[in-house]
Parts: sequence; structure tokens; C-alpha cells
Amino acid sequence: MSWASDWDVVIGLEVHVQLATQSKIFSGSPTAFGAEPNTQASLVDLGMPGVLPVLNAEAVKMAVRFGLGIDAEIGRKSVFARKNYFYPDLPKGYQISQYELPIVGKGHVDITLDDGTVKRIGVTRAHLEEDAGKSLHEDFQGMSGIDLNRAGTPLLEIVSEPDMRNAKEAVAYARAIHALIRYLGISDGNMNEGSMRCDCNVSIRPKGTEAFGTRREIKNVNSFRFIEKAINAEVEWQVEQLESGRKIQQATVLYDPATNTTRAMRTKEEANDYRYFPDPDLLPVVVSEAFIEEVLRALPELPEAKRARFISEFGLGDYDAARLVGDKDLAQFFETAVQAAGSANAKLVANWTISELLGRLNADEKEITDSPVAAGQIGGLVARIADGTLSSKLAKTVFDALWNGEGPTADAIIEARGLKQVSDSGAIEAIVDKVLAASAAQVEDYRASDESKRKKKLGFFVGQIMKESQGKANPQQVNEILLRKLGG
Amino acid sequence: MHRQTLAALSRGLAERRHSSVELTRHFLDRIAAHDPGLNSFITVTTESALTSAAEADKRRSAGEAGPLLGLPLAHKDIFCTTGVRTSCGSRMLDNFVSPYESAVTARLAAAGMVMLGKTNMDEFAMGSSNETSFYGPVKNPWDTTRVPGGSSGGSAAAVAARLAPAATGTDTGGSIRQPAALCNLTGIKPTYGRVSRWGMIAYASSLDQGGPMAQTAEDCALLLSAMSGHDPRDSTSLAEPVPDYTATLGDGLQGLRIGLPKQFFGAGLDAGTERCVREAIAVLEKLGARVIDVDLPNLDLSVPAYYVIAPAEASSNLSRYDGVRFGHRCANPQDLTDLYERSRSEGFGAEVKRRILVGTYALSAGYYDAYYLKAQQVRRLIRDDFVRAFRDVDVIAGPVSPTTAFRLGEKTSDPLAMYLADIYTLAVNLAGVPGMSVPCGFDGGLPVGLQLIGNYFSEGKLLNVAHRYQQETGWHTRIPEAYA
Repeated sequence: MSWASDWDVVIGLEVHVQLATQSKIFSGSPTAFGAEPNTQASLVDLGMPGVLPVLNAEAVKMAVRFGLGIDAEIGRKSVFARKNYFYPDLPKGYQISQYELPIVGKGHVDITLDDGTVKRIGVTRAHLEEDAGKSLHEDFQGMSGIDLNRAGTPLLEIVSEPDMRNAKEAVAYARAIHALIRYLGISDGNMNEGSMRCDCNVSIRPKGTEAFGTRREIKNVNSFRFIEKAINAEVEWQVEQLESGRKIQQATVLYDPATNTTRAMRTKEEANDYRYFPDPDLLPVVVSEAFIEEVLRALPELPEAKRARFISEFGLGDYDAARLVGDKDLAQFFETAVQAAGSANAKLVANWTISELLGRLNADEKEITDSPVAAGQIGGLVARIADGTLSSKLAKTVFDALWNGEGPTADAIIEARGLKQVSDSGAIEAIVDKVLAASAAQVEDYRASDESKRKKKLGFFVGQIMKESQGKANPQQVNEILLRKLGG
Repeated sequence: MHRQTLAALSRGLAERRHSSVELTRHFLDRIAAHDPGLNSFITVTTESALTSAAEADKRRSAGEAGPLLGLPLAHKDIFCTTGVRTSCGSRMLDNFVSPYESAVTARLAAAGMVMLGKTNMDEFAMGSSNETSFYGPVKNPWDTTRVPGGSSGGSAAAVAARLAPAATGTDTGGSIRQPAALCNLTGIKPTYGRVSRWGMIAYASSLDQGGPMAQTAEDCALLLSAMSGHDPRDSTSLAEPVPDYTATLGDGLQGLRIGLPKQFFGAGLDAGTERCVREAIAVLEKLGARVIDVDLPNLDLSVPAYYVIAPAEASSNLSRYDGVRFGHRCANPQDLTDLYERSRSEGFGAEVKRRILVGTYALSAGYYDAYYLKAQQVRRLIRDDFVRAFRDVDVIAGPVSPTTAFRLGEKTSDPLAMYLADIYTLAVNLAGVPGMSVPCGFDGGLPVGLQLIGNYFSEGKLLNVAHRYQQETGWHTRIPEAYA
């Protein structure tokens, strides 16, 4: 990027997380995804005359869990406010949200950058609010359909400080939030179903200056990949504007993946005046010290703590540890596998999990929870590598067999196919002798070559021996015996 | 039968002197005969009333004996009633048949009461004269050229003319007390949170409170005991236990401390009204009460504070009427903006529009602090005034309205004059304390109301004072001649 030496990029994220409560935030309707339109909308969700909201206590608990998970101040008294605007999928003509007094105050999230360093990103606040419904613009002969199933779904809006300096950091932050909400069990984090959505505030300023440039907000980005692409596209656009002498207007924009460009929806002048005021139908939410204590006690180990533990307890490298804790299910998988393999083999388990298993899963677009190879199976496989039963080549064969469901455990597959590595030196010696006897010309050639060329020529014999042993001969022993015999 | 109080009719039912069906038919007949001249009902539910009455009679034969079982009443058309049009006095909801039942009407129905119909009201409860209704103004039975007061004007006129023995009302800034005063009824606005707002169409949520309008304090006590109580569907509803308000009606008034705020007897108060109110206080003194001067220094700020807070909340509460899901929708909308603009400009009347605009302005960026926030601060001062006053007195007494019923059309062109008529009632809603109106005399043939205001949850005391007063006086028993 040619401009990189001239401009600083400043990014702040607003992440909307759908909380995994059974019912909506202000009504008893269920929150399940994918139901027939308007079958999960009650009188309250429809905004009928005379109905009133009642706060779902579980949503408050989840918000407090999040607050404690990012080491934030918990609002001892938070207030719901009405955000007033007209839209057909907003039944009451206002959204109940929090404005001046949010439930979660200042906190922070640590992200691990590509080079392994850790950067702290500030969280300004997080507040509870209700989601709107959905407008459907197809299939209604020129009219729009309204589905209010989603109306009233509890959301936690997490607002970061403008602490990120490039798209990769923004993605790392979004991933950290994603990991956190899944660890905390407050959201399924499913981005395809809209359980987590991101608004990215982006501005640029001349390198080395302090004052923020005018920001534009990219609305509703719903995948990590698009966060990166959308921010980069937006930055390119802003640089081009400023470098060609134009000004940037504060605006809300949408990212179009098809063209990889951002396009303005509305400018500041067209923005709504939301006329926030405290919702008189709801009382202030008072959170007691005892409640906070109770929530705190029930917190699980969180990604940062787990990462540190993986490094200290298992000796994992920064990258592997960060990779494994990035997803709650993956971390859980890893720990189960380590239990099966023995903790002395944790690094080997990490290698196999990350490079072999995740590689295969990615290629098949599968999640760790859908893995055909179970954690215990990987652990059992690694144990056999560690004790010398399997060479890495044989191990791959066993892994494939496990992947294809050809046996219940690595041991069973090894047994059934006789894949055990041969480490009996007598047996290996016999094979070596047989191969050398059948390759007299090559032996002579080898012995006539000088030291520098011998190494390459040795490969021929190793290949023949491994073939003869069906890959089962212990490679290290083969090497030793072969050198002894050839060296004479 | 229609000259009897709810309590007397209840005894009649218990003693089998009349059935619920007979009672119900009698009042339905009176509505048919007299309401065309008063316009106090928007909807008369003849069929369902007779069905519920027959049901109540059956329950009584089966041995049930609740005090309200089989008694008819009318509901202000602000309470949602299943399967019945609930218009809120607005064209916007002229076609709205509620799919659910309000807490108040459900509680009274469960007690066996029979709904005669839904009464006329100022549109969305915004008004003090019942002239803003889409269904036309209600006439005061005491003088049909005059207003019955508002916004519960239909309920007031219906009970005053004995087309119903009692009715429900709601009070956001005096909407139970002022029409009760202007129509010679007894009405009580309970402590905010005492009566559930579930299913009561919102005007200004932090001020709205439902309550009974009837002939006597005893009738109000009967009704309020049934209407009150915690409702988990209303987060502002209070968990405080509900006493039997009829149990303390007869308590003596010896040593009762009555506060008289000088702000209730200043300029603007009609001489005739003042005379009646002072005479009523003298009666209470005779019963053993002691009069003490109290100060409500911020009372004059209640009009500006109310007319910022109530419209602000209303502007938001009425946003749901957008022509999308229910209510009035304009014909052939061109696009979304057209749908909103025409549905709302056709559906709402002038006063509602005025308050939506005022409220929208008061909440706008740049004005919020100067108007809404300032008004909330004033509200706190007014509340503090009452809290301070109730350290020294048990009840506060004064007028309900500065004048008797004014002429239809007299104040419609001057909203400010109309708003100022609420000077004695608004502060009670802003503070959230209970207040009631009790008939205390006539001036020029028109009824005058005494206002009694109590501390939080002192409804029992207010009803007790009013009941003892009514045992000494006969004002509340007077019925307009044409409807006797």
C-alpha cells in the first residue's frame, strides 16, 4: 500500500451481539432463529396500544457477565432510554436502548497480533437494547413485508475506543470479542444468522498527527473477512479523497462485497435526531454488589487466561496458544486431546490439531464441533507418535483412517493393519542387507563418490528400504544401520 | 334503580331485589333513551352486557357473593377490551378492535362486573373538556351547553346522568378529578403504580393512572379495592399490599390535620368555587379535623412542567400509530413517507398534533436540557413540596378546578387558557400522590368539587375523609333534573 507511510488509520468498532436468552428482552416471546415470519411476535413485540415492556433478568445477567469478562466497571444503576425514529420494522416507533447510563462501562480486551505481541484495546461501554424486526423487500408485488420475529431480541452493543490502527487489528479485536462471548456462553456468535454484527468507524490522519480525521461508519458487516476487506476498501477511498484534495463528510456507508467498495447511505445532515429520553415504562436497573459477586464466581476461564496457561503449562508457542484459545470449542478439543496424549505431548497435540486437523476441516468447510476425528482419537494418535510406534508418515495414514471412520482408535487401526513401526534392529538389518545385495552397482557408485555427494545418494537406499518394509521401518534406525554398512 | 349507589345496588342484588340482568337492561335502556343528547358513549355493548349479566346471575345462584358481582359499569374507551372497538377517542383507532384485555377491565370482569359500553373521552386523553374527541364533544348533564370536563368526560357525564352507576377513568393531569368535579361525582386518582397500566392506552406513561368515578366515596372504595394491586406485566406497578378500602371508611376524623396551601386559594379561583370549598373544609373541622397552613411553593410551575413532560412522553408513545400494523391507514400511499404523513395527519386531531409537536420539540437535540431535563427537575421540586407538606398534615384540601363547567367552545381556540384550568390537579400527577374529587356544593346551579390530596398509598385515608363528609352533606346525592 503506497500510502502507508503517509497516513495513520484509526478504527473503532461497534459490535452488536445477540444474547442467547430463551425469551426476548421485554416480552416472553421465544428468540429461536428461522421460525415462520411473525410467529414469534407477541402483543408487546407488535407494539399494540396499551402494552408495556418487562425487562428479562437473564439479559441483565449476561451483560454483567460480559462486563466482568472485560474487566469493566458495572453500572450499578443503568437506565433504559427510548431512541425515537420511524421505520416499518420498528413497531413502537422507538427502540428501547441505553444511552446515558449503560450497564457496562469502561473495560478492555487484549488482542494478539501476528508477531505474537499483545495489544490492549479499550472498550468504552456496552449497553443492552432490543433488536428491530426485518423488512422483506422481495416477493410482495411491489410492497414490503415485515417480519417481527426478531423484534425485541436482546442485543448487547459493545463500543470500542478508536484504538485499532489497521484492518487486521480490527479483525483480531472482533475475533477476541467473538471468542469471549462464546466462552461466557452469552451468545452463539453465529455471524451467518446475524448473532454478531459489526459497525466499523474508520478515519485517517496524516502520519504522526494527533487530531482524528472525519470518520465514516461502515454498517452491518457480518463476517471477519468482510471486516478486513471493507476497512481496507474504505481506507483506500479516504486516502484517495484526501490526496486528491477533497474533503471527507461524516457519513454512514455500506460495504458491497461484489464490487469491494463502500457506498454512502446517509450523511450527517440527513441523520435522525433520536430524541433519547429515559423510558418511563421501565425502572432503572440496580445491580447489587452481591449479584456481581455471584456472577463473578460463576465466570469460566476466559481466553486470555487460557492462553497464558497454555503457554506456561504446556510450553506452547505464542501463535499456537492464541490460535487454540480463539475458539472455545477448539480450546476444549485441544485440552481433551492433551488428556488422552499426556501433557508432556501437548506441543505435538497442538501441531497435529492446528496443521493437520484444522487444515482438513478448513478444506471441507467444517467446524471443530463437526470434526470426524474426535479429540480423544487425536490424543491417542499423538501418544503413538511420541512413543515411537508410528513414524510421521505412518501417523498420517492412521489419521486418514480415523478421518474416514475406519476404526475407533489409532491403536485399533495400527493393530488391524499391522502398521506398527519396526524398531527391531535385527529385522531392519536383514532388510538393509537384502536391499544392498540387490543394488550392487549403486553401492559401488556410492562408495566411489566423495563425501559431498554421498548424502544425496543415500536417499536411494533409504527409499528402497522403506518400500521393502512397507514404510514401517524406524527411519532413524535405518539411517544408522545403512551408514554403518555402507561406510564399511 | 338508577338513583341508587353502587353499594345500594349491590345490597339489592344480595337480597335478590333485582337481578343483574334487570339492572343491566335498565341502564342499557337509559343509555338508549338519554345518551343521544349527551354523547357520553362511543360504543354500547348491549349484547355482551346482557350475556355477562346472565353469567353473573348464574354465579350468584351458584353461591358466589362478591360485592361487585353483577353490577354494571362503563369503561373509558382508553382501556383495551377484547373483541370490542377501543378507540381512545381517536379516528386513528376508530377501526381498532383490541385483541386483548386491560388489567383494570379484566380485574373488574373477574369480580363479576358487567361492562355496559365504552365511554367518550378527549382524544388520547389529551384535553380538559372532552371537546377533542373524534366522536364529538360530550355534554354536561347539568347544563348541556357546557362541557363535562375531560379527559374522562364521557364517564363523568354517563354516571352524572345515571346512565351507568359507576365508570372507570384515567387521570394523567386531572382527567378523573376535574370531570368528576364538573359533573358532581366522586372520583379518585390513586398513587402512581397502585393500578396496573397494562392495556390502558398510554398518553404520558409516568403520569397515567386509572381509577374509579362514582357517586360516593363508598362506591369508589369498592371499585378501587378490586382495581388495585401488583401486576407483573407493568414494571411501574407497585408490590404494596392492597387494603380493603371499605373497611376504614367510617373511621373518625378527630385530630385529622388538613393542610391548606395558600397557592390553592390565590388569583384565578372563582369566588363561588372558593366559597363551596371553604364551607366543605368547615364541615370537616366540625367533624374534628384541624386546619393547618401549608406551602407548595412550586405549584405554579406544575403547568409548564406538565406541558413539557406529558407531551414529550406522548410524542414517543404515539409513534406506534404509523398506519403499518393497526389503526388508520391512508388510502393508496405512494411511498413510506406518504403512508406515515397522511395516516398520521388524517388519524390525529389538532390537539394531539399540537402535543406531539410540542413534545418532539422538547426532546430535540439542543433543547432537551432546557426543556425536558429542566421540567424533570421542577417535577422533583414539586414532589419535594408534597413530601415536606405531608410531614405536618394528613391530607391537603383545595379546589379541583378554578371554575365550574365552562361553555362548549369557550376555550377551544385558546389552548393556554384550557391548560391553566388544570392548575390545581397537575401537581398531584407530577408528584405521583393520590388525589380525589368530592362534590361540595353548587355555584349558579353547577357542581363544585373539593380536592383531597394524600401522601403515597393513603387512598384509604382520602376515602375515609370523603365518606365522613358525605355522611354530613347531601351534595353528592343530587342528580340533574332531566335525568332523575
